[in-house]
Amino acid sequence: MRLEAIPHPSLSRRFLPPILALASTVFIASLLAMVAGGNPFAVLGLIIKGAVGSKFALLETLNRATPLIFTGLSVAVAFRAKLWNIGAEAQLYSGAVVAVIMGTGALAWSPSVLIPAMIICSMSAGALLLLIPTLLKTRLGVDEVVTTLLLNFIFLLLVSLLLEGPLKDPMGMGWPKSARLIAEARLPRIVDGLRLHWGFGIALIAAVIIWIVNTKTTFGYAMRAVGFNAEAARYAGMPINLIMMQTALLSGGLAALAGFSEVAGLKGTLTLDLSPGFGYSGIIVAMLALLHPLGVVGAALFVAGIFVGADSMSRAAGVPTYLADIMLATALLLMVVAVLLTKFRFKRE
Amino acid sequence: MEILEIFLTASFWTAAIRIASPLILATMGELICERAGVLNLGIEGIMVAGAFVGWFGAYIGMGLWGGVLLACFVGMLLGLLHASMTVSLGLSQHVVGLGITLLATSLTYYAYRVALPEVTSPPKIEAFQPISIAILAYIPILGPALAEQTPLTYLAISTVLITSFVLYRTPLGLALRAVGENPFSVAAQGLSVLGLRVGAVVVGSGLMALGGAFLTLSAFDSFFFGMVNGRGWVCIALVVFGAWKPHKAFLGAILFAAFDAFQIRLQQSSIGAEIPYQIFLMMPYFLSITALVVISRKAEVPAALMAPFYKGER
Repeated sequence: MRLEAIPHPSLSRRFLPPILALASTVFIASLLAMVAGGNPFAVLGLIIKGAVGSKFALLETLNRATPLIFTGLSVAVAFRAKLWNIGAEAQLYSGAVVAVIMGTGALAWSPSVLIPAMIICSMSAGALLLLIPTLLKTRLGVDEVVTTLLLNFIFLLLVSLLLEGPLKDPMGMGWPKSARLIAEARLPRIVDGLRLHWGFGIALIAAVIIWIVNTKTTFGYAMRAVGFNAEAARYAGMPINLIMMQTALLSGGLAALAGFSEVAGLKGTLTLDLSPGFGYSGIIVAMLALLHPLGVVGAALFVAGIFVGADSMSRAAGVPTYLADIMLATALLLMVVAVLLTKFRFKRE
Repeated sequence: MEILEIFLTASFWTAAIRIASPLILATMGELICERAGVLNLGIEGIMVAGAFVGWFGAYIGMGLWGGVLLACFVGMLLGLLHASMTVSLGLSQHVVGLGITLLATSLTYYAYRVALPEVTSPPKIEAFQPISIAILAYIPILGPALAEQTPLTYLAISTVLITSFVLYRTPLGLALRAVGENPFSVAAQGLSVLGLRVGAVVVGSGLMALGGAFLTLSAFDSFFFGMVNGRGWVCIALVVFGAWKPHKAFLGAILFAAFDAFQIRLQQSSIGAEIPYQIFLMMPYFLSITALVVISRKAEVPAALMAPFYKGER
């Protein structure tokens, strides 16, 4: 058996494998729900109902999708240039820390100045945080997968240190959490009365901007070229290292926006459980979206829906919420295979 | 003076070797995969699965060694999944590896919740006890610390010797190393590149799961969430630090563990009381990154690492 490229994939070739991948994911999840003593149809129904079944559920899903769009974009941008940034989690927290430093009353600026300043500084923090492993990669050949992963652990400990020290809320009754952001530093709601903040709007704008950068600018072309074949790009005279660093700045900045928007839009304060692994889920989002910026929005909504739906399903049916994580990991693995099958077929030798 | 005294106690080195044991097992597992040309980022999740499955086996009455075998078996299954995607289908080793880590971790947590729905504190088992091998105490420096360890630590050390022997002294080892350097040369000899790589990933993943099982069966006596805590990623750094050589990676693991044991003791000393504990917890990760930076420049990476092999193509 060997793989053979299909010259002109038919329509069914291009769409059937991904659909089958998602169907198999649902099937596997049903089996696991049965193992836990749940009725699979009821469990799946509860997940869908919990994700989109009411106005409250839908808004919750949109809120949950917001940080995932940012981390998904961050991973998509980096992976496209074959910069393996697994450190979106740390970059997210760096953005959150900056938002707290600037937004808890130290700067008495009006919102129209303060919020853009917070966005720029948060992005810079995340960008710099990813620049370190990228420089180690381009200058010294240190594999960025391990360094970005290890930086996640280091940065989370740093946040813990800050929350018990300089950033600790004096009114926090001893809990490791930061002071609350002042009203001027909070992202307003998009529509009055609806619990959805402007972080979601910024995320959509970011996705469109990245899409335009990818398809319409030379920088986007350069990033793709480096990812597709770095050697060829080098022969073509492209400054590989510079493009890698620019990609890193963009990717780190996007992940930091997730932290900024969670603090300034949703929570209003920083705690150690600000992110339940949004950085890692961003990898799933980006892969399900096939690294396409607009696809990231759809994938983030899907992933957020599964998480939110599983939370409410777990309360009602008693099946552990980890079912959501299993579904997403399964979807990720099956989707990678499905994408292969849209372009290749098995051939007997 | 207080700091220097830490290094001179036998209990310090005993602790260091205990901390090193799971790292040694998992590092050897990763090393075998990478020597055959496959980066296995599933390591973290495979260790989580191994930790739970090993503990669960002992908990339901399979005995400690039953748990060890079960953990190894589950690790090999996950390795087979990894290999069939990365080796047979040639998919991205980064994406598949991370996917396996996410899948194994979430499956483990799910299984834990399903198997033990109503526990508030993790149930304990009767873990491996140290056995005394008096003769080892005669080895200089590390001897006394080596003589009082649990059986799994001795297993970990034998793994290094066996890996080293197989890689450098047997035809199989030669083929494995060649498949990570130049798979075409192996194919030209009529050997199966895919077979060798799949085998390496399966065996390597089994060792990673043993590393995880060490945590629940030997170091602690119960399973709790987040217990692997990045050890898998540290092992990947240790493989690089050891320049893809078993004995060097072994020394790296011991050094790393000694440092870890040192920071735990420093934390409890009078100097440590004035420094936030997070600084100490960060140190092992910093050490890993530093080691990567220092070593990476001159490391001899297996030439075909992360390069998929398609039959009949060049």
